[in-house]
Amino acid sequence: MRITPEVVERVARLSRLELTEEERATFASQLSSILEYFARLDRLPTEGVEPTSHAIRVTNVFRPDQVVPSLPVEAVVAMAPQAHEGFVVVPRVLEAEE
Amino acid sequence: MDYEIVIGLEIHVQLLTQSKMFCGCSTRFGAPPNTQTCPVCLGLPGSLPVINRRAVELGLRAALALNCTVHPTSQFHRKNYYYPDLPKNYQISQYQYLEHPPLATDGYLDIEVDGQRRRVRIRRVHLEEDTGRLVHPPEGAVSWVDYNRSGVPLMEIVTYPDLRSPLEARAFLLKLRQVLQYAEVSTGRMEEGTLRCDANVSLRRPGEPLGIRTEVKNMNSIRSVERALAYEVARQREVLERGGAVVQETRHWDERRGITFASRSKEEAEDYRYFPEPDLVPVEVTPEWLEEVRRTLPELPDARRDRIMAQYGLGRYDAELLVQTRATADFFEAAVAAHPSPKAIANWMVGDLAAYLNEHNLEIEQLRITPGQLAELVRLVEDGTISGRIAKDVLVEVLETGDSPRRIVDRRGWVQIADEGALRETVEAVIRDHPEPVRDVQAGKEKAIAFLVGQVMRRTQGRANPALVQRLLRERLGLPPQG
Amino acid sequence: MKELVGRPYHELRPRLGKDFSVRELVDAYLENIERLDGQVRAYLTVTADRARAQAQELDDRLARREPLPPLAGMPVAVKDNLCTRGVRTTCGSRILEPFVPPYDATAVQRLREAGAVLLGKTNLDEFAMGSSTENSGFFSTRNPWRLDHVPGGSSGGSAAAVAAGEALAALGSDTGGSIRQPASLCGVVGLKPTYGRVSRYGLVAFASSLDQIGPLSLDVRDCALVLQAISGHDPHDSTSVDLPVPDVVASLEAGVRGLRVGVPVEFFGEGLHPGVRQAVLEAVRVLEGLGARVEEVALPTLEYALPTYYLIACAEASSNLARYDGVAYGYRSPGAHDLYTLYARTRAEGFGPEVKRRIMLGTFALSEGYYEGFYKKAQQVRTLVRRDFDRCFQRVDVLATPTSPVAGFRLGERTADPLQMYLADVYTIPVNLAGLPGISVPCGFVDGLPVGLQLVGRPFEEATVLRVAYAYEQATEWHRHRCPLLRG
Repeated sequence: MRITPEVVERVARLSRLELTEEERATFASQLSSILEYFARLDRLPTEGVEPTSHAIRVTNVFRPDQVVPSLPVEAVVAMAPQAHEGFVVVPRVLEAEE
Repeated sequence: MDYEIVIGLEIHVQLLTQSKMFCGCSTRFGAPPNTQTCPVCLGLPGSLPVINRRAVELGLRAALALNCTVHPTSQFHRKNYYYPDLPKNYQISQYQYLEHPPLATDGYLDIEVDGQRRRVRIRRVHLEEDTGRLVHPPEGAVSWVDYNRSGVPLMEIVTYPDLRSPLEARAFLLKLRQVLQYAEVSTGRMEEGTLRCDANVSLRRPGEPLGIRTEVKNMNSIRSVERALAYEVARQREVLERGGAVVQETRHWDERRGITFASRSKEEAEDYRYFPEPDLVPVEVTPEWLEEVRRTLPELPDARRDRIMAQYGLGRYDAELLVQTRATADFFEAAVAAHPSPKAIANWMVGDLAAYLNEHNLEIEQLRITPGQLAELVRLVEDGTISGRIAKDVLVEVLETGDSPRRIVDRRGWVQIADEGALRETVEAVIRDHPEPVRDVQAGKEKAIAFLVGQVMRRTQGRANPALVQRLLRERLGLPPQG
Repeated sequence: MKELVGRPYHELRPRLGKDFSVRELVDAYLENIERLDGQVRAYLTVTADRARAQAQELDDRLARREPLPPLAGMPVAVKDNLCTRGVRTTCGSRILEPFVPPYDATAVQRLREAGAVLLGKTNLDEFAMGSSTENSGFFSTRNPWRLDHVPGGSSGGSAAAVAAGEALAALGSDTGGSIRQPASLCGVVGLKPTYGRVSRYGLVAFASSLDQIGPLSLDVRDCALVLQAISGHDPHDSTSVDLPVPDVVASLEAGVRGLRVGVPVEFFGEGLHPGVRQAVLEAVRVLEGLGARVEEVALPTLEYALPTYYLIACAEASSNLARYDGVAYGYRSPGAHDLYTLYARTRAEGFGPEVKRRIMLGTFALSEGYYEGFYKKAQQVRTLVRRDFDRCFQRVDVLATPTSPVAGFRLGERTADPLQMYLADVYTIPVNLAGLPGISVPCGFVDGLPVGLQLVGRPFEEATVLRVAYAYEQATEWHRHRCPLLRG
């Protein structure tokens, strides 16, 4: 499977990764050869095989609806790169604009 | 030939739990920013979600109340997208994807519009977590994030495009809210954000395939849903009639201006990359569990209306009004239990009480009057202690002070005057002061007696027993007893 | 007190409070870190003051003749992808360089409750993605046996610390071999428990359906002691199984007579270093000599395990690592004025190349048009790999294989070719796909570098795996070898 720099760019945008021109080229060639190796999976028929998403067969693990103490807001603020009066601060988010 | 309107709704409902969907933080509304957060709902490295059992049970309740098929196993998925109110940059949601069904599918809810019953099909009911809240200070280059709401349990309800008018959409939301409140699943208040609604709207010529739809967002009350849909229908109709094409897009409702506008489109199509949430194991709903939920499901509005009609001999109109909210129906039945006079109690509730609620824009649970007090009021009228006229004043005072009707009547000295001796004096005085009406009565104009009765009532501040006054006047003026 | 270093805990424990204090034991380890870590570079953070304070507290309890918990005074290191309250937890990544967790991982908390003393946090491949610890965002750790060689990875810091006497035991995490492979390369014991045996709460996720925390130690008995302390259900982890934890220490000496040991032929094919093959087959003969019945079994899906693993692990990782965005914690790129740039630049500057590669591979495998052919296909093959193991375990009780195809490799030798690096885990990966318990124990040397024997058991049969490993260890001397650095 050939991964073009354009596919790399699309995937990088979905992944929120800013890439340099050089990185795009390197990743394109590396991902191509990795996926080429992975193509051996196509040799194995899997028609009708149930997919495994968990290593264990357990169901219904729940917690009771009980309130437990939250973190102090100071701890939240201390972790944040930028904070203001208990809020975490981010660059202006543009919501619905005409 | 006119267009047919096609509307489908996507509704998010906040579940009535104490703690969040996947952690023990409180769901209480209105706390200072980021005071109800923990490693899980902040998406800190290493934290893991654990499902709130109550949230699943409330989802099952709703599924049953909406006549859905509950799936024996369902699995949470991750919906991947980047947004600062989503701390993990994925939302844990039970999306129908490939071989993994959501909690429940294929239900319905019956609504009535203009006396016509319509069945609206429900596509699916599933559970997910809410996002945090973004605040945009009026000025400046930043936004603020509060994660208190992050991880609050939500249920998503999606209808088929079965609604045919904005009015039907409104009726559906009212009915859905009523059912959810009855089932104690949610408070269902759009104004407080515990019920949120987006709508898909399209027009088509009857019999033709579905037209291109727009998604309308940002409607903050049931009334604004109706308004926004009416606007959007008119807008699309105009586009089509001009020979244009509706653009598939998301449109934002602007409440103030009363219009929808196209929000800026995202740079690229979303690709949510759903996959099974590996941190959560599947939810398996056994027939026993479902039966248990069914058994504990509170009586739903339609069933309660029918029962109230049958049990208390009320008409459909009154019964429908009484079951409008669960609190109203509970109030009614509690009052009847205290004093078994259902018709009189119903009359007070759909009459004076409803008018008072309307006038003051209140809910019945906010009133100071208790069902026992209403029952007492009715009893005081029925046993002749007060007149129906006085009772209206007593009610107002109960509503304003919360005091008991009996105490109000006593304090105000509003006990009906049934003492002949005391009333005779007033009757004499009225006859003395109004010679003309007296002459009219004596001349055979019996109608004039009503004026004299009214005068006696006025001089006794309405406390006189009207029947007694009537009898005394007739005796005194030499008329035969009435009827 | 230098002679305390490099001896297993179970030998020291009876002498604790008699021949030496906890403080002396901990100081001996801290001194050894001081002496050697400039060369080995196992630690990202050393918590010397906290360790001494904790040691003092244990000594006070000893003085009051209070009963001591099972790991009292054991100087341990913890891989830096396990959250430690108040102690920086970087995952070997620049993106988490400033991150100080407000909570402890359950395994860390249980270790502390068992009396273990935390010496510090060990280096790893960034977000546990790698097999050499060269992908650390900070520096490479060296193999104490030969400093120009890699210690393996991703728990290379933990393995090197134990091998160099910079910790008596350590916690690592194993997604595709990240405990067993470095244990093999550093000549120590490393166990990956059954998926669900140890709580993952507080383990910074790489691939959630594969990750598992486990111990690295000098010998099998210490390994069992640590496993015992950290195992068991945790209400904070839905995938931690609510099963009773058997006494894995008590059953160590039950022997292997009559036990059936399977040798999967596919694990001895192309790509296996002849010296490693010889050492492992010799180890199998030792087990046979102890009374085990050895037979050949087949795991024909082995050749598909590697791509299956990378597709699943990278898909999960692409989602797990989405949260590192510069918003609420960790590194934020300065000067971004819009959200997309904040995200894309923070992540571009914060992540190293291998992490970016895997995020992109995983995003690709989950994206529209590729999900069915890649991610779902991999999940289906995962089912087939599991069935292969199920079939084997109908015939045998444990499987014996090499842990790593080679005894080791030099720093820089494989960094240019990601696929070559991935092949380092070819024998350990299938075990994670099936969620089984696996251990690596030293079984010889090739050119002066240690070789590991991997033993794999049925789900939740850690006791069997440990018992076979113990029997083997008792019959051989490999676990008594210490690296020249420590001896010198």
